[in-house]
Amino acid sequence: MSGKEVFYQGNEACAEGALYAGCRFFAGYPITPSTEVAEFLARRLPRVGGAFIQMEDEIAAMAAVIGASLVGKKSLTATSGPGYSLKMENLGYACIAEVPCVIVNVMRGGPSTGLPTGPSQSDVMQARWGTHGDHPAIALAPASVQEIFTETVRAFNISERLRTPVSLLTDEIIGHMRERIIIPPEGELEIWDRPRPTVPPEQYKPYDISEGIIPPMADFGSGYRYHVTGLNHDETGFPTNKPSLVQPEEERLMAKVTENLDILEKHEYTEKEGARIGVVSFGSSARSSRAAIGLAAEAGIKVDFLRLITLWPFPEDAAVQMADKVDTIIVPEMNLGQMIEEVQRSIAGRAEVVGVNRADGEPITPAQILDRIREVA
Amino acid sequence: MTFNYDEYIRPGKLPHIWCPGCAHGIVMKSIIRAIDRVGLEKDKTVIVSGIGCASRMPGYVDFNTLHTTHGRSLAFATGVKMADPELNVIAVAGDGDALAIGGNHFIHTCRRNIDITMIVFNNNIYGMTGGQFSPTTPHGRLASTTPYGNPDYAFDVVELSIGAGASYVSRSTAYHAIPLERQIADGIAHKGFSVIDALCTCPTTYGRRNKLGNATEMLMWFKDNTVGVKAAEKMPPEKLEGKILTGVFKKEEKPEYCDEYAKIIERVSAKG
Amino acid sequence: MAEKVRQEETEVAQYEERKIVILPRHCKGCEICVLLCPASVLEMKDFKAHVARIEDCTECMLCEIRCPDFAIEVYQSGKKGKAK
Repeated sequence: MSGKEVFYQGNEACAEGALYAGCRFFAGYPITPSTEVAEFLARRLPRVGGAFIQMEDEIAAMAAVIGASLVGKKSLTATSGPGYSLKMENLGYACIAEVPCVIVNVMRGGPSTGLPTGPSQSDVMQARWGTHGDHPAIALAPASVQEIFTETVRAFNISERLRTPVSLLTDEIIGHMRERIIIPPEGELEIWDRPRPTVPPEQYKPYDISEGIIPPMADFGSGYRYHVTGLNHDETGFPTNKPSLVQPEEERLMAKVTENLDILEKHEYTEKEGARIGVVSFGSSARSSRAAIGLAAEAGIKVDFLRLITLWPFPEDAAVQMADKVDTIIVPEMNLGQMIEEVQRSIAGRAEVVGVNRADGEPITPAQILDRIREVA
Repeated sequence: MTFNYDEYIRPGKLPHIWCPGCAHGIVMKSIIRAIDRVGLEKDKTVIVSGIGCASRMPGYVDFNTLHTTHGRSLAFATGVKMADPELNVIAVAGDGDALAIGGNHFIHTCRRNIDITMIVFNNNIYGMTGGQFSPTTPHGRLASTTPYGNPDYAFDVVELSIGAGASYVSRSTAYHAIPLERQIADGIAHKGFSVIDALCTCPTTYGRRNKLGNATEMLMWFKDNTVGVKAAEKMPPEKLEGKILTGVFKKEEKPEYCDEYAKIIERVSAKG
Repeated sequence: MAEKVRQEETEVAQYEERKIVILPRHCKGCEICVLLCPASVLEMKDFKAHVARIEDCTECMLCEIRCPDFAIEVYQSGKKGKAK
């Protein structure tokens, strides 16, 4: 990749990636360990004619982000566990009203205030099921500073194209770690914008799906006057409680994910011939996993590696592929066992699944994972 | 000649959901006339609400309308306004929505002095959920959750707004629909955060339980129990006992949030 | 002002140039207009507002301004109202 070389912290790379993707509005609230995203954008957004606002709380920040997105601005908020809990209310609103936005969660230990300065990966199920009601969920989990940059861009792209909120889950390790990264020149990474209406205002129906399941979205103020609500609604955007309309709407929201797996799924599968053990991991735990797999190889133990970059939707096929080959799958994660349940569910007994878990605010070490590899070898 | 509301009402959306005698419709009409009086362009006007009876108002009117989550109208509205300060942004909310669950957003929007006009449909009760006490239910009143009388004391919307830094603060009532219209128009025209405390009535869940009479009697109560803030200055305290003051309480020119932010953009954007 | 094209049923009472239009589908029968009218022009009929004595109407607009349901329109005869 050509471009500008910088030595960035993960949170800074996230903010830079947002600007690259075209983000022009940020609303947030200070919270460790995500605050650097806000601080970076407080400096940079006004320089590009964008707007930064520190709101009175996380709920308000999420609300402001949705408001700005409705006006047509690509919008971001960044937070950590306790704030992510507060975002959930309006994240659900963004799902049902189909408003693009990106939510960064630099994960720390919980529940509650937990371990503000310690890393964790314990919000991965919250990213799937955190807001109430059936809803689509998309969550990306980069594992390096460079990848935080590119996955932030991808988060915006997906959010815009599918008109749905996207969570970017990093953690305190990669959020605060500094690495050399390349900022690609403008135009090198593809940038997607939301579909906008091609019909004149008098023909516009904000949730018209006659052309596909992602309805075109008009900007407030652009001449297309319409109604947006968090209530179930019909194609005109007005509330309805007709069973014949409500269930199809709910199903369509989910289908935005299930029918777009080609642009959503992203993972790396590193295969070793004859391996009987597999590792599934993500985020900073994937870095320890990779190191452990290298150490295992030196000790003569072959291990397959599935690194999840998109966590939600979960790549069931890749997990099944691994399970059909190996006897045991190891799932290292900085929590007491969350993604392991999704692995188990997906592979439905095809292989044994064991975890490597840590929830003490310290990273999982390669040695811990290597020990587990030796145990099951 | 009569005022042509049809120009602002979305076809086929009336009758509205409000109960017979609910004064929300009167306030809604005052808002429409005020918008007409100021001459706002429909395409450039956004009406934002939260959850509750009053928050259903935007669905009926032909603007860019945003019916959000409970209490959050001003937070959404802030995002809309910052994203495009050229838009006229009006927020509508009930007293529970604005001041209980939305209380934090309310005071901070006052403090920021962002150019949004907030109309509080203040009927002293949570109507949609069946008559629970709100932050403006007077002490001692009955509600479904204060069956022995309300032990809480009420917020005074005007005092709260002034204290929190709103730059335009007024109060009128659904009975005084024309002065209310003037205040709303004044608030919209004012550059900064404007709060209009629109006292209105809920005959169904508040009036009936507290034996306040029928819808008309509840409206007439406003006529008999309000005093203009200017007239009150010349009245002895004993005559003001139990009266509610109405009128414009604050109108101050002070820096508006988006203007201030625009200055920052201008100052730093050259740096690229 | 051009006559409005109404999709729905209206009850029109006219006296010389003065006209009151009631939209029964909008009226919820709250009686605010009937009780506030200083000239007792309005009455309730079948639980809806009804113009009983239009000749007594002073065109004060109290009923229209305070009808919460957009169910009454008073077309004043003498004054020039707001042209739309």
